[in-house]
Amino acid sequence: MPETHLPTQYLPVLLLLALAAGFVVINLVMGSLVRPKRPSAEKLTPYESGIPPIGQAQRRFNVRFYLVSMLFVLFDIETVFLYPWAVLLKKLGMFGFVEMAVFIMILLVGYGYAWKSGALNWD
Amino acid sequence: MTDLIQPIFQTAAWVVIYAFVPSFIVMNAVLIAGAFLTYVERKVIGHIQQRPGPNRVGPLGLLQPLADGIKLLTKEDIIPAQADRFVFVIAPFLSLVPVIMAYAVIPWGEPTTLMGVLPWLRVFDGWGYIPAAWNPFPLVPEKATLVISNLNIGVLYILGMSGLSAYGIILAGWGSNSKYALLGGLRSAAQVISYEIAMGLAIVGTLMLAGSLSLVDIVRAQESSFWYVLAQPLGFLIFFISGIAETNRAPFDLPEAESEIVAGFHTEYSGMRFAFFFMAEYGAMVIISAMASILYLGGWLPLQLPIPSALPAIGSTLAVTDGAVRAVNGALMAVPPIVWMLSKIGFFLFVYIWLRATFPRLRYDQLMHLGWKVMLPLGLANIFVTGLVILVKG
Repeated sequence: MPETHLPTQYLPVLLLLALAAGFVVINLVMGSLVRPKRPSAEKLTPYESGIPPIGQAQRRFNVRFYLVSMLFVLFDIETVFLYPWAVLLKKLGMFGFVEMAVFIMILLVGYGYAWKSGALNWD
Repeated sequence: MTDLIQPIFQTAAWVVIYAFVPSFIVMNAVLIAGAFLTYVERKVIGHIQQRPGPNRVGPLGLLQPLADGIKLLTKEDIIPAQADRFVFVIAPFLSLVPVIMAYAVIPWGEPTTLMGVLPWLRVFDGWGYIPAAWNPFPLVPEKATLVISNLNIGVLYILGMSGLSAYGIILAGWGSNSKYALLGGLRSAAQVISYEIAMGLAIVGTLMLAGSLSLVDIVRAQESSFWYVLAQPLGFLIFFISGIAETNRAPFDLPEAESEIVAGFHTEYSGMRFAFFFMAEYGAMVIISAMASILYLGGWLPLQLPIPSALPAIGSTLAVTDGAVRAVNGALMAVPPIVWMLSKIGFFLFVYIWLRATFPRLRYDQLMHLGWKVMLPLGLANIFVTGLVILVKG
């Protein structure tokens, strides 16, 4: 590649995105040429074990899913925060290790609280 | 005139050779391998259960994936009347595309031994039709790596892509407007995000040893020391178990627990859109297997046995000579790197199938308990101990 300031190592990634998208679209178009299309009212109802569906499916669901996703945001950010530290640990030495231990300790307090208050229980 | 054409020609040649060709080969290889994996899975589980498995289409049933593919392609594509059309259509797309994209950073081996394909490309130089200065191939480094793009944030990129595929699943569940699909989608999303944390924490131990996020660098670091499964047995176990949960495979396949919620998030899908979810699932299995090989089993590196005389404690009690071990090591070295990489991936895929045939499905509360109360603290402890050992040993 000639001299350029573009982040060229991401170019193949973009190309792969285009190829993957192309694969999906071509398959659907190819399929539409050969597959039958005979919709009927019964065929288009959502499956509910053979009985007529009762009410809407998009209704309120258990709050625990919400709780899990909140905890995920907290802990996932912590995990990603650990990555640069882990890569540089050998250079940072004991100082870096103690710093991170303090950070994880603070996080563990929150983890202990979530555990104690039952946020991690499913029953 | 020449000044204008030369950079355009070089850029175009570079894009085709270094981006298009590898991407195209890898994508097709992965999709074919994924289709074939469905056959291997049915065959292996069949034999484990003392059945023959698929054996009607072609010799040994080998053409079964092809027959399945044609069947799915010609099936009617049903979009339920009450479905949210846009979300329903976009969900399989969001599920499959990130999985294929994740392959961009997986290194498959060193090309110097790949039947001399890259040295052959240099012959292009001598064709004489193109001015020597335009030739893009002198840019090929002597010892390159078979990887589409060696991103310096490879590990993060893979985690990001596997996180994106959760969108496909939850949107499929929501957009179908079906109760089973919604329950399956919710279960799956909660499971994927719970185990993503354990997986992320397990990898940190390897990163501390290798000192890099690039998958190529991680393998090179193991070349000069040892396979990290020896230093990170706990991290390896956490990684692989969360990998199984992350790809929604048995015994963690609650999102598609047939006996409870029919087919889970893809209950309402049919034909090719249904096939996309399966391609995504099998593609993700290969990604997890490739990651396990790269992070813990040395990627494309050949297996090397320790020389007996170098082991002071047990070396003298072993009944083998140094020469015999060296001869075996030499033979192992002669196997091309890409074969090592593919056999390691194949080994993990076999374990995947084996687990599915062996273990019963977990209950949902057991699954969440394992992820949040067992894997997460173990992952943190692993990081703490690894860090301490690295610093003490200097």
